[in-house]
Amino acid sequence: MTMIPDDLRYTKDHEWVREEGDGEYTVGITDHAQSALGDLVFVELPEVGAEVEAGVACCVVESVKAASDVYSPLSGEVTEINDALVESPELGNSDPYTEGWLFRLRSDDTEALDALLDFDEYVDLLAAEED
Amino acid sequence: MSKQTPLYQQHLQAGGQMVDFAGWQMPIHYGSQIQEHQAVRSAAGLFDVSHMTVIDMAGPEAQVCLRTLLANDVTRLQPGGALYSCMLNPEGGVIDDLIVYWLGADQYRLVVNAATHDKDLAWISKQSQKFAQQHQERTDLAMLAVQGPLAIDKSIPLLPKELRDAVQSQPRFTAVQSGDWFIGRTGYTGEDGLEIILPATDAQNLWNGLLQAGVVPAGLGARDTLRLEAGMSLYGQDMDEQVSPLESGLGWTVAWEPQERQFIGRQALEQQKSDGVKRKMVGLRLQGGGVLRAGQKVISEAGEGLVTSGTFSPTLKQSIGLARVPKEIETRCEIEIRGKRVAAEVVKYPFVRNGKAC
Repeated sequence: MTMIPDDLRYTKDHEWVREEGDGEYTVGITDHAQSALGDLVFVELPEVGAEVEAGVACCVVESVKAASDVYSPLSGEVTEINDALVESPELGNSDPYTEGWLFRLRSDDTEALDALLDFDEYVDLLAAEED
Repeated sequence: MSKQTPLYQQHLQAGGQMVDFAGWQMPIHYGSQIQEHQAVRSAAGLFDVSHMTVIDMAGPEAQVCLRTLLANDVTRLQPGGALYSCMLNPEGGVIDDLIVYWLGADQYRLVVNAATHDKDLAWISKQSQKFAQQHQERTDLAMLAVQGPLAIDKSIPLLPKELRDAVQSQPRFTAVQSGDWFIGRTGYTGEDGLEIILPATDAQNLWNGLLQAGVVPAGLGARDTLRLEAGMSLYGQDMDEQVSPLESGLGWTVAWEPQERQFIGRQALEQQKSDGVKRKMVGLRLQGGGVLRAGQKVISEAGEGLVTSGTFSPTLKQSIGLARVPKEIETRCEIEIRGKRVAAEVVKYPFVRNGKAC
């Protein structure tokens, strides 16, 4: 069974977003995404200070079998990246919602934020993709 | 709707993530491709390869037919022996690569790729018409590969009694047979092991028995990383109808002697050899970050080339690949990955044999 925490927001591309307060957000890929990708072996993250745009690719995660773009869920400025994940990409498989986070950004992109899926909507999306 | 092997339910029970492969529903992995890979390198893994095509050929001219059809020479075989060969078109391009076994007397067995099933059968039928032989596809059989240092020991108790002693003492690259059970000491992983062709109705029992003995089910994903570490070619990626074996690192599989043997493609290969073969296959080890993938451009002082296979090597903990490059290439090159150039070392392959880095 795929894990879906009920306190996060989601995108249709299987990224998750956690609100950290003060306009900061943490971004990662969901359990469903890591499972579909398979064993992660390489992660390319944006630079701290980079401006990222909602819906535009800003990271690459590569598994043994394929490379996959990660799209920024919000527009804003990258404030921190997960260096531990670069060193140990397998954290993205074992702990996608905790140790396996990708990057943090500062954003006032309320429009994109409102458009993110909540828990119920993401559950529905996964159910629809199963069919 | 794609086809299912006799082990489809077993894959689902083992948690296989199923994908379409050459028209078959096959497991890409059962949870972790890397763990499956390591199980094969360190102990024993089990692959369902029933999607591959088995063709039996028999008749007084079966041998002469195969000496025309194949670039390697079946007269090199002892009874029960296995030979790896390319099947070429008249232009010297590779229609497929295959294993041919001499079963003894006038009987041979070919194992060819699933992705080339239709064109292979059409080509073999067309080219073999003028020879006194019959051939038929054996859709009544399944095929399992048990691979790894413990593979043979784990398999023997599950084999028909009359084959157990023979398998114990079986040399590499040979096969033994009893009825429709056929066991080759062959594989596609760089490890010791068996490829077992057996009646489809017996496949589930053998599969279940091997799992109970602790053999780990492994999917197509691990099969690809294992074969690439072992430096083995994959048809459709490392070679196809547009390239000859001489440009694919497969010159060693072409039997030039005796000179009077006119196999299909020979003239084109001789022409290519006298004109000078301009490209060759090399191994790559990526120095910077990223993963080598088929289709990436190789940039070197000798000119440009192309990555034909690439992956992350679980054994070397580094990205490795095969590439077709200008033959003058030296020890360094760069690979274009997502618009950036990443340094790579040009190396000989295989990368890994019998569990160890080469």
